[in-house]
Amino acid sequence: MSKTTQHFCNSLPQIPTDAEGPVFAEPWQAQAFALAVHLCDEGHFTWSEWVDMFSQEIKLAQVNGDPDLGNTYYNHWLNVLEKIVTQKQAIKSEEMIARKEEWRSAYLRTPHGQPVEL
Amino acid sequence: MGHDHSHDHTDPPSDPALRVKALESLLVEKGLVDPAAIDEIIETYETKVGPRNGAKVVARAWTDPDFKSLLLLDANKAIHSMGYTGRQGEHMKVVENTAIRHNLVVCTLCSCYPWTVLGLPPVWYKSAPYRARAVSDPKGVLAEFGTTLPKDVKISVWDSTSEMRFLVLPLRPEGTDDWTATELEKLVTRNSMIGVEQALTPEKLQIIEANEKP
Repeated sequence: MSKTTQHFCNSLPQIPTDAEGPVFAEPWQAQAFALAVHLCDEGHFTWSEWVDMFSQEIKLAQVNGDPDLGNTYYNHWLNVLEKIVTQKQAIKSEEMIARKEEWRSAYLRTPHGQPVEL
Repeated sequence: MGHDHSHDHTDPPSDPALRVKALESLLVEKGLVDPAAIDEIIETYETKVGPRNGAKVVARAWTDPDFKSLLLLDANKAIHSMGYTGRQGEHMKVVENTAIRHNLVVCTLCSCYPWTVLGLPPVWYKSAPYRARAVSDPKGVLAEFGTTLPKDVKISVWDSTSEMRFLVLPLRPEGTDDWTATELEKLVTRNSMIGVEQALTPEKLQIIEANEKP
């Protein structure tokens, strides 16, 4: 079935084609997706709060020149996830930035093939 | 000196990947997120949900008139009765294709999508051109998917929101009168439940199945 889908989508001039198989282009997109769903499940925010912020984020991106072709969808998703967590969970954005750099250093000091740990 | 193929480090992943790792590790530390639950959600949406749930709903509606009446009247109740429950508390509405009306689903605002029955949305559904053109030029969008409708068929475009998600009940293909629900499921594609295509004809299914054989 996915073959047919791909065939039809290839004829779309402006719209990006659907990938065969999972719809996530990269694993981080699946992680970001699942984090939002889980936090919502646990009652940290409602889904309509999420949708409000998400549609605002997309509008903002379009205003800033993002052609919004679907390939930046999870970048918007991640931006909103960071924003909503900052708002609701008292994780400061400085904490997130610092932690990101800690992960980067952890990769750089971990021999190839070993599990990366902080 | 030759090429230094260093094994004393690991190349860090992309910036968004690092941001997700940072976020997840902080949330786990604060006890707000259970990593096992995250993996389970990914697995569910990637493999277990998919559009097959929706296909089962449609095939049952084609073969069970009482279920179809309930589905059109109260989609949430009908879909829940098959064990598929939404997690966002959204209302579902099923819109039926007929000989004179074809339905097309879009979310002009963002990409609201009936995940419970269709899994994760395809990339094109999330793209701005689809979102805009499904409303301004639905015939053109359908044509790009290879879908042409008889002249007298009207197209209704349904705009999903966070409160209301739409699912198309496609027309049952001709020549399937003696098919069981399980057989009919194979004809129900994700795209036919979004409304950009019709359900597969038995002939098309045959071609696809022949192509899928190694």
